[in-house]
Amino acid sequence: MAKTSDGWGSRIGLVLAMAGNAVGLGNFLRFPVQAVQNGGGAFIIPYFVSFLLMGIPLLWVEWSMGRYGGVRGNHSTPFIVDSMGKSRIWKYVGVFGIFTNLGIISYYTYIESWTLSYTFQSIFQTFHGMDRQQVSAAFNTYAGIHGGLKDNQLDINFPVVAIIVFLITLGINIYILSKGLSGGIEKVAKIAMPLLILFGIFLAIRAVTLGSTGINGCSTCNSHVGLNFLWNPDFTSLANPKVWLAAAGQIFFTLSVGMGTIHCYAAYIKKNNDVALNAMSAGWMNEFVEIVLGASVVIPIAVGYMGLDWVKENTGFMMAFKTMPYLFNQWGAILATISGVAWFGLLFFAGITSSLAMGTPFMGFVEDEFGWGRKKASIVLGFIILILALPTILFFEYGVFDEYDYWTGTVSLVIFATAEIILFSWVFGLKKGWREITRGADINVPVIYKFIIKWVTPIFILTIFITALVKPLNGEMSDWQTAFHQLFSKGTWPWANDSIIAQVFHLKEKIIYFKNGTPTAMFFKDMSRLLLLSTFLGLSYFVHVAAKKRKLKAKKIAS
Amino acid sequence: MSNAALILMISVQGSVTLITAYFLWKVLKTPTESGKTKNDTGD
Repeated sequence: MAKTSDGWGSRIGLVLAMAGNAVGLGNFLRFPVQAVQNGGGAFIIPYFVSFLLMGIPLLWVEWSMGRYGGVRGNHSTPFIVDSMGKSRIWKYVGVFGIFTNLGIISYYTYIESWTLSYTFQSIFQTFHGMDRQQVSAAFNTYAGIHGGLKDNQLDINFPVVAIIVFLITLGINIYILSKGLSGGIEKVAKIAMPLLILFGIFLAIRAVTLGSTGINGCSTCNSHVGLNFLWNPDFTSLANPKVWLAAAGQIFFTLSVGMGTIHCYAAYIKKNNDVALNAMSAGWMNEFVEIVLGASVVIPIAVGYMGLDWVKENTGFMMAFKTMPYLFNQWGAILATISGVAWFGLLFFAGITSSLAMGTPFMGFVEDEFGWGRKKASIVLGFIILILALPTILFFEYGVFDEYDYWTGTVSLVIFATAEIILFSWVFGLKKGWREITRGADINVPVIYKFIIKWVTPIFILTIFITALVKPLNGEMSDWQTAFHQLFSKGTWPWANDSIIAQVFHLKEKIIYFKNGTPTAMFFKDMSRLLLLSTFLGLSYFVHVAAKKRKLKAKKIAS
Repeated sequence: MSNAALILMISVQGSVTLITAYFLWKVLKTPTESGKTKNDTGD
């Protein structure tokens, strides 16, 4: 371990950086989509229950773990968790805290570059006068998407402009990271977060006051219909495990728990400084951006012009780029430009504050263990991101992007969160753990959370993990009943396409790597898995080397 | 918008805004961390 000179300049800077870490593209794009797909108003109840029973406890746990490791000279998860667990295996579990970030940042920075490019395209009014199909086609051209794979032909996406903007975005990230916490990340958070909230408020007011547009005689083209759909409570869906799984999953993504970034940021807090209030402040700020702003922009505006049925069928991540510029066009050239800048600008700020956080665990690791300077660490990080990102760009249409998102952005988070809550509550021990959470606390942490952290949160996360492993069919209550009936009567299990076991063993698809000599989508899928696995193993090797170095150093000091 | 939707939206968004503002206000009230030992129970 190394002494680090890095640290936070101010408390508000730390809170804004932590909030920026949590606030990401998902707040504006994933949350409304999840809410629409899971019963609208009913989704909010399981979402809040998940926030109280899993989100808040994990925030306190991760902030405390980070500070605990940091005061012992550890600024990345392998050695933070190692300092809390007695077994040697924990440091390898901690590898997830670097691996997940490297995986996510490589495709996330690419999306971030789209938002940067679209901000400038909005300023230059590129989309002015375009209809919806033209806006959608413009995005496909920008990202080099051909729209379907052709037989006997290797479809490589090589969008020159998009790659140049990606390199610029990556360069911006690397430059800021090289400036350190108070000199780089904190400064960006202090500018980006207030601007993001300001842009969000502007768009939310515009959406809520839009009302009926009556476009093309469409009766449901009313932003209030969209809001009604999002907020009308449908309590029957509360009995649906699929809705609960989606809500808990959204809490994971939105708070950036299970990633290792919170540990890393918190590792630069002093021993007796508060974590309880800081964690609540950053966590609730994320909720404000998601529930108040995120829920009031995309869906109401889209329903206002496209109608409820269209939104139900087409809602998705790509709407941000393929539909929103067209919707802004309906407001006239000037307002379309302002709204485009506000929308893509806020997405860029949300993205960059998160990607900077994702870069920090790797930086902390190499600075601590190998004594690298910030500049060297950030440049090497940049090259690693570039190598990992290129397959997601070049083979976008073969599903490499989705594969990264599934393994690093979904599965890894749940695995690491399961491990860390067991470590904190049961291995490290809640008695010591509670002392860490309440040390220097500026708020009274409710005692009920002792019970929640020890029992409820681990059971909650374990249930999510097991459910994700063996999810049947569509994951509805009736699907589980059918699955168990089938298991006991036929001895088989109807795997869902996205269940982890079905994905690992390709249970729902035929394994064909080449068709007439041309690699198939499955070939690229498995190659990207191999690349991710190699990254994980490579990081584990470096953790092993670092542990050996620490042992030798300890021996030298002892002798 | 239905009354139920309106009530749910205003109550949830209003509560989240107030709670966020409260925690932020508390943070801003004590802007710098100076290694205080309040509630510090030691190792």
